[in-house]
Parts: sequence; C-alpha cells; structure tokens
Amino acid sequence: MSRPVGETRWRAAGVNAALLALAALSLAPLAWMLSVSFMPRGEAAQFPPPLLPSAPTLDNYRELFARTGMARHFANSLLVATAITGLSLLVNTMAGYAFAKLRFRGRERLFQLLLAALVVPAQVAMLPLFLLMKQLGLVDSYWGVILPAMASVFGIFLVRQYARSIPDELVEAARIDGAGELRIFFRIVLPLLRPVLATLAVFTFMASWNDFMWPLIVLTGQEHYTLPVAIASLSREHVMDVELMMAGAVVTVAPVLALFLLLQRHYIHGLLLGSVKG
Amino acid sequence: MHARLAGWVFAGPALLVLAVFFALPVAAALLLSLTDFDLYALADPAHLRFVALGNYLDLLRTPLFWKSLGNTFYFVLVGVPVSIALSLAAALLLDSPLARMRAAFRTALFAPVVTTVVAVAVIWRYLFHTSYGLVNWALGHVGIAPVDWLGDPHWAMPTIIAFAAWKNFGYNMVILLAGLQAIPRDLYEAARIDGASRWRQFLHITLPQLGPVLLVVGVITVSGYFQLFAEPYVMTRGDPLQSTVSVLYYMFEEGFRWWNLGRASAIAFVLFVVILAATALLLRFGRRRGAL
Repeated sequence: MSRPVGETRWRAAGVNAALLALAALSLAPLAWMLSVSFMPRGEAAQFPPPLLPSAPTLDNYRELFARTGMARHFANSLLVATAITGLSLLVNTMAGYAFAKLRFRGRERLFQLLLAALVVPAQVAMLPLFLLMKQLGLVDSYWGVILPAMASVFGIFLVRQYARSIPDELVEAARIDGAGELRIFFRIVLPLLRPVLATLAVFTFMASWNDFMWPLIVLTGQEHYTLPVAIASLSREHVMDVELMMAGAVVTVAPVLALFLLLQRHYIHGLLLGSVKG
Repeated sequence: MHARLAGWVFAGPALLVLAVFFALPVAAALLLSLTDFDLYALADPAHLRFVALGNYLDLLRTPLFWKSLGNTFYFVLVGVPVSIALSLAAALLLDSPLARMRAAFRTALFAPVVTTVVAVAVIWRYLFHTSYGLVNWALGHVGIAPVDWLGDPHWAMPTIIAFAAWKNFGYNMVILLAGLQAIPRDLYEAARIDGASRWRQFLHITLPQLGPVLLVVGVITVSGYFQLFAEPYVMTRGDPLQSTVSVLYYMFEEGFRWWNLGRASAIAFVLFVVILAATALLLRFGRRRGAL
C-alpha cells in the first residue's frame, strides 16, 4: 500500500528534524565548553551568558598549564592509561586464548566463576583493596592504579569469544611441527586476534582515562593525580573560574573524543560484543 | 610445554591478578563489615573488634543511610526509564529509512558516552547555574523564572538525572539500534498489508521483537545507575540538604573521609544485595513476559 508522496515528505522532515535536535542537544554542552575555554577571564559569568568569546584568547590554557600543573596530570593520565592498556591487553589475551583453545582441568567451571564475578560491583572490593595497597606500600603510586586494572573479566570474555573461531587444526598443525606453546601464541594466534585486540585496546584506554573513583581513593598526593581527579579537585578550589575550568575540561575530554572519532568502528564493535553476554 | 600445563600458564597471570586484587578484597570486605575497623584500627590492628552484624543493625538506625538509599532509588527508578526511553527514541529515528546522514548522527549522539564524567559534570554545573547559566537564560525567554537547579533539594536530583540521561543514552542507543536492525522487515510488511497503524506496529512487532535486547539494556543500566557516585561528588557534594547523597557517596564518605572502614564495607554489601535483588527481579519479569 503506497502512501501519498506529500505525507512521506513531511515524515522525512520530521524524522530528520528530530535527529538534528537530538544531535544539537548532545553536542551543545561540548561546544559551549570549547567556546568558553577561549573567553577572557570572567566573561562567561555574565548575564545574558555570551555564546562566543568577544576576543578569543589562549590565556586560560596558559594559566592551566603554568599554575595548576595540568601538564603533570596529563602525563599521569597518559602513563597510567597506556600502562593499563598494554599490560591488560597481554594478560587478558593470554587468558582469553587459554579459555578458548587450551584444555586444562577445571576450565569450564573457572570460566563460569569469572562470569558470575561480573555481578559483584567493583566498589565492594575498594575498601580492603586500599588496605592491601597500604600494606604493599602502593598508596599514592601509579602501580596502585595500574595493578588492579591489569586483568578484567570483560577483556577475557571478549578475547575468548573471538578466539573460539580460530580453527583447532591450525594450532594442532603447529604443535605437530614442534612449535612451543609460546611460539604458537605469538606467531599464529596473536596475528589472528588483531581485530579484537584493537577493540579491546580502545575500550581499555578510554575506560582507564575516564576512571574516577579508584584513582580518587588511591592517589592521595597532587603529583600523582590523573586528569579526572585533578579536575574534580580543581573544580572545588576554582568554583568561580568558569573559563579556566572549561579549558581543563577540554584538555581532559579532547583526547578520548579524538580517539573515539578515529577508532569508532572498533569501539562500537566491542560495545555490541560486550552487551551480549553468555 | 605440555598443553595442559600451558592452559594454566596462559590463564595464570590474569587469574592471579583477579584473585589478589578482586576476589580476596571482596571476601575481606565481608569480614571487614563484621568488625568495627576505624581510624584507630588503621593505626594499630590490635584495636580491631568483631561486632558481628553490628554495623548492619547500626545502619538500619541511621537516617542518612535510609536517605541515601531513597535518593539512589529515586535516581534509578526515574533515571533508568528516562534514559532507556531516550535511547529507544534515538534508535528508532536512526533506524528510520527516511533518516539521512545516519553515520554522522550516530556519532554525534554517541559522543557524550565517551567523554569523561567528571569533566562534563563540571560543564553541566555551569550550564545549570542559577544566575548566569544558559539553561535559566533560555527558560527566561519563555517566561520561566530562574530555578536554583543544583541548590534546591527538589531540583538537584532531577538535574543529575537529566545529566545522566544526556551522558549515557548513546550507549543503549547503539545496542537497541542493532536490535532494531535484526527485526525481519517482512513482519512490518505483513502488518502494513493488514492495515496496522505505525503505533500498532510499534506495540505488536517492534517492542516484542526487541524484548531480549531491552532486557539486557535494562539489566546493564539498572546495575550501572545503582553505582551513582561521580555525579553528586562533582555537581553537588551530596547537597542540598543531603538530597543527592547516593549509597556509594555515603560509603565513600564513611570509608575514606571518616575511616570507618567496617561500616563502609557494610554499606557496600547492602548495595551489592540491592543490585542483585533488582537484577533478579528484572530478569524474572523479563522471563515471564517471554523475553528470554
């Protein structure tokens, strides 16, 4: 049954207008942040609030890096997120491969246990984890953030799902040729896992870059603060400095947004794989 | 290396990390919640005493605990439906054959998801500022007097809910969109031939077909929203009048501000049980409706 052409045209206009409105709503706060970060001091705290800077300036960024140690926090975030991504990628990939392809005693039961552990909120572990870190002398150190993030059930699960599609014959053939298990893993398995590795890397990097609660707990000194912890603390000190705070927000958000725009495909792929658990 | 041994060697590092930094602390948290571990015990473990269920019973008598539980339920019961409805609306729009530039729209709608909660919460704090925030300025044009969004106990939680919906709807949108695209098109074709309106098609084809995906999205969102913390930490510090103190915020304050680690562990476990119960209830409801 065909509908009148005029009605379809109206519907098309409606659908696209609604999408445009939603997109504007999604991006407006981010656009405002960018605009205010270039405003001269005090300009945003006026009525009516200006939308664009009267005289664009980089002063806020200059002050941010000169006075609040933002360069240090940026470097901390980069270091922690990169270390977590690299280490957890190796650890999770090895485990995911083992759960998919290597037969060992109690494998299935162990994997069920890992999946069951997903229902426990991470925060339940945080209080004793802090005491453990204190015992290990790792409170207020990068390792205090990195160590607990070095393995994740989500990562193991993701790699396992993907690794199951590797034909057993491939691994068997290499074994018959006399290749050691490590050699098989690095030479044959790892290259085949490349797509899922990219996905997991993007996911892990973004999650650790944005992570807040545990770094807030375990990093007690300014010099180790990651960006989110630094921004939270700055926003309490500099409540009135809208422009400075927005520059800080830009510095925090821009890297992950850029990474997402570049590697969108991998990110969405991981999100869809991760949501169909079991 | 023998294949059997190889399995353990390859899985070993991950299992070790998860055992030491997750399983062990979770078990320890349960024990900790049965003690009066506080600042004195932190200095000298000899001060530690076993109090059995004392912390839990004590919580039941603490008004702020009930308040935090109530606030968290408010956030979940209103925030989850609002967020999922927004996600579904966006997914339906993106799925429409009439939509143009879908990839660009999807990217734009998803952008808030990848941003850093703390940083964008700071943006919202200024956007919702009473005297020079853009929101009150815009509302002024339609004759609405300025609202003290984050300073009024009636408005603070709704503002945080609006923030969470804005920040998170893109995530579920992508999952729901994949679900919509998996619905066979001929189902709609058949319904159209029978003369079913678009609304009836939505009710009788789209929603039932989307059931399992909606259930997954529901479970993920409910358990995520119960873990509300960064938003009140940055936007309100639990104020005004403790109207935005969430369970986790309360746990954080008890544990890491006042160093009542025993009591804070009990709070964490109560939250765990609440999440478990809510998830089980949701799954049961879904099963009854035939979604699984």
